[in-house]
Amino acid sequence: MALITCQDLSLGYDSHIVADNLNFTVNKGDYLCIVGENGSGKTTLMKTLLNLREPLGGRVLIGDELGANEIGYLPQQTPVQKDFPASVREIVLSGCQGRCGLRPFYNKKEKQLAEDCIRRMGISDLSRRCYRDLSGGQQQRVLLARALCAARKVLLLDEPVAGLDPKATSDMYSLIKELNDDGITIIMISHDMSAAVKYASHILHLGQSQFFGTTNEYLKSSIGQYFLFENGGDNI
Amino acid sequence: MIDKLIIYFNYPFVRYAFIVGVLVSLCSSLLGVTLVLKRFSFIGDGLSHVAFGSIAIASVLNLSNNLMLVMPVTMISAVLLLRTGQNAKIKGDAAIAMISAGALAFGYMLMNIFSKSSNLSGDICSTLFGSTSMLTLTLRDVRLCIVLSAVVLLIFLLFYNKIFAVTFDESFAKAAGTRADLYNLLIAVVIAVIIVLAMNLVGSLLISALMIFPALSAMRIFSSFKSVTIFSVVLSITCAALGMIISIFAGTPVGATIVSVDAAAFILCCAAGTIAGTVRK
Repeated sequence: MALITCQDLSLGYDSHIVADNLNFTVNKGDYLCIVGENGSGKTTLMKTLLNLREPLGGRVLIGDELGANEIGYLPQQTPVQKDFPASVREIVLSGCQGRCGLRPFYNKKEKQLAEDCIRRMGISDLSRRCYRDLSGGQQQRVLLARALCAARKVLLLDEPVAGLDPKATSDMYSLIKELNDDGITIIMISHDMSAAVKYASHILHLGQSQFFGTTNEYLKSSIGQYFLFENGGDNI
Repeated sequence: MIDKLIIYFNYPFVRYAFIVGVLVSLCSSLLGVTLVLKRFSFIGDGLSHVAFGSIAIASVLNLSNNLMLVMPVTMISAVLLLRTGQNAKIKGDAAIAMISAGALAFGYMLMNIFSKSSNLSGDICSTLFGSTSMLTLTLRDVRLCIVLSAVVLLIFLLFYNKIFAVTFDESFAKAAGTRADLYNLLIAVVIAVIIVLAMNLVGSLLISALMIFPALSAMRIFSSFKSVTIFSVVLSITCAALGMIISIFAGTPVGATIVSVDAAAFILCCAAGTIAGTVRK
């Protein structure tokens, strides 16, 4: 069974619909890229998948093997976080919060999990450093490690490379690719068309005309052709 | 000098004031970091003005125990203020400015119209800047303060990790299944309790200083949430104790002296942070 299935989903604010008739499925091990112009509902879709927002219509079905809060999330950075006095370890550990329920403190297992996630992201040497002193790429790794603590099956990434320099961007992409190769399902919002078609297995295009399918189908479709070669041609 | 201090501490009202001062400064510094980071530095100010307004109402109504009115009103305002941060019709800072100025004006007007006291401006001055009420604390006030401080401290310790998660990244916390709204509510209520407590010590105009200064000072030097919190508590207690002792010797108003010491400590911490920063580089 599919991990996530969306049926006739419509999204929007109040009664203003930004996207409707969305139909797509995400299977285990997929790498889905959500692309589309600003305001086409990408972040709204992500919030709906995370159950932070009710859909205006349609349904989101979560597969049996995926618990309600088992989707890890890498949100866009907020201004608050820019000068937050917290060590890397504290932030990664806070990803385990969802497992705690009402228990006030973290147990050994969760602390170990946080250590593992830190090592996996290659930031062990930074674990005592202060988050605000890190570079943009390092900060994203910290947040990715935190998302990994929250969930091991599905990760939702909201523009993970926004504001990163080219080197950090390509590092970030290969890190995400490694996670995907390890069997973690990735759902990523991106403006970067060339990276989307390079790494993703499936593409969901939101906007005036919608598309959902594998990357190969997208490359052959008229909408894909239009966006890749007319608009985003210089990205390739 | 020590002798003089011992003589002073033989008076029960000085001891009471000292105990309350230390407890209040401890509690108020706990949530300072959260307030600064959530961009709610002024919420203390706004809420204390609301408390001032409700004290005015209580004194007009001749309530024997004005805490019965002040506490719930302040709590409700705290909840409303933190709520407005989420729904964007009136933004957080504008809502705070509106409520605080409104409550201040309303309270002053009420006191002016209905007051039977001959020394109106003196009364108002002490409500705004603390001073006298500190020295008229009864044993009951002190007990109440101890109980409330213990509750605040306990809540903070039990929910420390959740407060951290909600402060750092609310939407992530929500997505991971933490009930962020509930904890925001809890933070609001705790802040209200602290403010009503702190009004005795520094008066309503200076409360936000008591909440914000230690946190800002600690953020200059330390780099983890835990160490920032611990240091700001230690610093806050030290400054309050120092401020109270200075005010005993120099005869200066208690609240203003404590806040001045806090400000001086902030400058020291800034300098220390800058020096440490250049050494590290």
